[in-house]
Amino acid sequence: MADVLKTPEELRIGVFVCECGLNIAGTIDCTAVSEYAKTLDDVVCVVQNKYTCADPGQNEIKKAIAEYDLNRVVVASCTPKIHEPTFRECVADAGMNPYLFEMVNIREHVSWVHQNEKELATEKAKDLVRSGVARARFLEPQIEAEVPVTKAALVIGGGVTGIQAALDLADGGHQVYLVEKEASIGGIMAALDKTYPTMDCSI
Amino acid sequence: MMDVGRHPRVELMTFSEVETVSGFVGNFHVTVRKKARYVDPTECTSCEECSKVCPVAVPDEYQQGFSSRKAIYIPFPQAVPSAFILDMDNCLGNNPIACGKCSDVCEKKCIDYDDQDELVNIEVGVIIAATGMDVYDPTEYDEYGYTRFDNVITSMEFERLICAGGPTGGNFMRPSDQERPKRIGFIQCVGSRSRDGRGNPYCSNICCMNTVKDTLLLCDHYPDTESSVFYMDIRAFGKGFEDMYMRSKEEGVKYIRGIPGEVVEDPKTGNLILTVENTTTGKLEQHELEMLVLSQGVIPRKDNDTIKKLLTLSSTSDGFIMESHPKLKPVDAPTKGIFIAGCVESPKDVKESVTQASAAAARASILLNAGKTKVEAITSQVNAELCNFCGICATVCPYNAILAPDRKAKKPPTIIQAACAGCGACAAECATDAITMRHFTDDQILAQIDAILSHKPHEHLITFACNWCSYAGGDNAGTSRLQYPTTSRLIRTMCSGRVDEKFVIRAFKMGAPMVLVSGCHFADCHYISAVHWTQKRMDRIWTKMEKLGIRPERLQLEWISAAEGQKFAKVMRDLEETVKQVTMEEIEHSMKVMAEEEIRMAEKKAKARPKPVAEVAV
Repeated sequence: MADVLKTPEELRIGVFVCECGLNIAGTIDCTAVSEYAKTLDDVVCVVQNKYTCADPGQNEIKKAIAEYDLNRVVVASCTPKIHEPTFRECVADAGMNPYLFEMVNIREHVSWVHQNEKELATEKAKDLVRSGVARARFLEPQIEAEVPVTKAALVIGGGVTGIQAALDLADGGHQVYLVEKEASIGGIMAALDKTYPTMDCSI
Repeated sequence: MMDVGRHPRVELMTFSEVETVSGFVGNFHVTVRKKARYVDPTECTSCEECSKVCPVAVPDEYQQGFSSRKAIYIPFPQAVPSAFILDMDNCLGNNPIACGKCSDVCEKKCIDYDDQDELVNIEVGVIIAATGMDVYDPTEYDEYGYTRFDNVITSMEFERLICAGGPTGGNFMRPSDQERPKRIGFIQCVGSRSRDGRGNPYCSNICCMNTVKDTLLLCDHYPDTESSVFYMDIRAFGKGFEDMYMRSKEEGVKYIRGIPGEVVEDPKTGNLILTVENTTTGKLEQHELEMLVLSQGVIPRKDNDTIKKLLTLSSTSDGFIMESHPKLKPVDAPTKGIFIAGCVESPKDVKESVTQASAAAARASILLNAGKTKVEAITSQVNAELCNFCGICATVCPYNAILAPDRKAKKPPTIIQAACAGCGACAAECATDAITMRHFTDDQILAQIDAILSHKPHEHLITFACNWCSYAGGDNAGTSRLQYPTTSRLIRTMCSGRVDEKFVIRAFKMGAPMVLVSGCHFADCHYISAVHWTQKRMDRIWTKMEKLGIRPERLQLEWISAAEGQKFAKVMRDLEETVKQVTMEEIEHSMKVMAEEEIRMAEKKAKARPKPVAEVAV
């Protein structure tokens, strides 16, 4: 799989610092962080954006990949839990392996939690960008293997939720196994007389 | 219920439990235990002849114990499948041959006393967990007298008493004297929004509207009933809910803001005297009621731990199952291909449950319709040349994804890529560094440590945070804007089990005053049991630190869940103090001894590796 992919030899890292409106820029001096990023080894391009995740921001990344022949991208913005997939897709669109992208969280882990310590927060952001760039140097391309999906679903629990989920899936043409612990489906709802807001029978 | 029972594409497996789940997205192998029901549901016509002759009577769970059922019974008249079941625990003397009456009268001959549990294997691409909730048992609220006074009932008991299909045929009556109560009280938030250690601190979401509904039913069936509701807040937040609440008020239901402090029974009448401070008027009031309904809250299912283990799910601090993202992925579990819906996720009403069910079905359909999906690229790989065949990797793997090496045959371990979930515990435990964790390699993580500690190292708290819990806990602190000192520098690993001893050593060598390793709570570990290896490894490092004259307190271990932003911030605040207490002298000492230790360990690993293949061949 990934082992056969070759890592390019000369590192060309692009760093993209996101202001996230004032979410980041309100606390962190993003310009100082960008300037700092320029001093790091192997960093050939630094771009500061108002919103890196928005289309203009993503376009800047794609443009820079082409213009500077980048082979690593570091985005300093929010938590990877939100936008790692976004940026992976973005760099992949520009022809780069998505695993050559690295994300640095300077919002949830910095600007939002150090709102009264602007200078120290900026220093922390610089440290994390340095750490992200250091990691990026060692990133390797990876391939996500594609696997088939068995066309059947298991629904555990035969209460009102499980029943509805099973029906929707089955009506959509899928085979469904509905497993219920008790002797009858119905769950707690079946023990109710009437349900709000319709005041009709629960069963 | 009927629709799902007769749908050609739904295989209904009632009285069944999921026993094992293995595999990964798109390819789950599931074993279901079909428990013996002793009555063939495909043959049973629900003619009731069996239960008519059954001599055993036990409390009927469906009717909340207000009436009895037989040992052979149908759970409730509209049950799906419409079939009887034999409760073997209560069947005569647990020896049906001694009785056998039901079998004798069964024309279809569908009762089989020798029925056995059956294990069924199924293959599915997606799983939806809709395992629901339990209701809160108000016994511990002794001041309400639920176990002492006959006429204090729960809201679930109320449902049965007012239901036409209930034990009284819909004739609403109170338990003590079978008379119809005319003055009825409802106490809200029983077991919910509690801060005194009883019940739960969260709002159960459905109880306010359930009580509003109950009062309207009483107004409709028995207009002469006087209902009083004792509450702290009425939360009528849904579509049409406020209208219902207003209608209840217009019908004359009294809403009294105040939670009663005491309920006593008048032994002569069976009536209940309730004392409450009306917080609107500030006056202490007494109310004499003929019946009192405790509006019980919703709690996580008692067997949630089982489902968590089966599907590698975690729970939030309230015990409900945690979603992948509270806003953007509310019905996705963190494990791909698994979805959650309904009260397993949080307390909710029928409409919300149905909404989530459809959402989960739609999310699951995306995978099913695509027919293919991509799996995790973050898996481990073995460098066969470095392996010394010790087999520790196969031992630590929580997924049995590593086939153990064979020392005699000089066969290195095999990693089943599709089964590997990517915790990295094997890479951290490997004695010869023969295992590499893709995308979280030693080089990558060591580079981060070096980079962070290349500036002002003595000021930084190196923090390793697992992707699923602690890192997300840090995110939670962020979204909640919980402020804490700027000392920490986070390094993300997928699991705390990935945190290699050499990372800790490197951090101290580079001049870190302290290192924090944080991961999921044991019960929440996203990688089943990988976190146990974190604990074991930390124990080992602490012992080593002590030997090397380094205060073990300088390496901290914390379990922080994704929901524990507050804990994350607190840990950061507390450790700030501890970091300050580390002296420059201590730091210099640890830099020196850990540099030596790093060399010693590298030598040890080199020694443990097999000799180059060429030499062995000679």
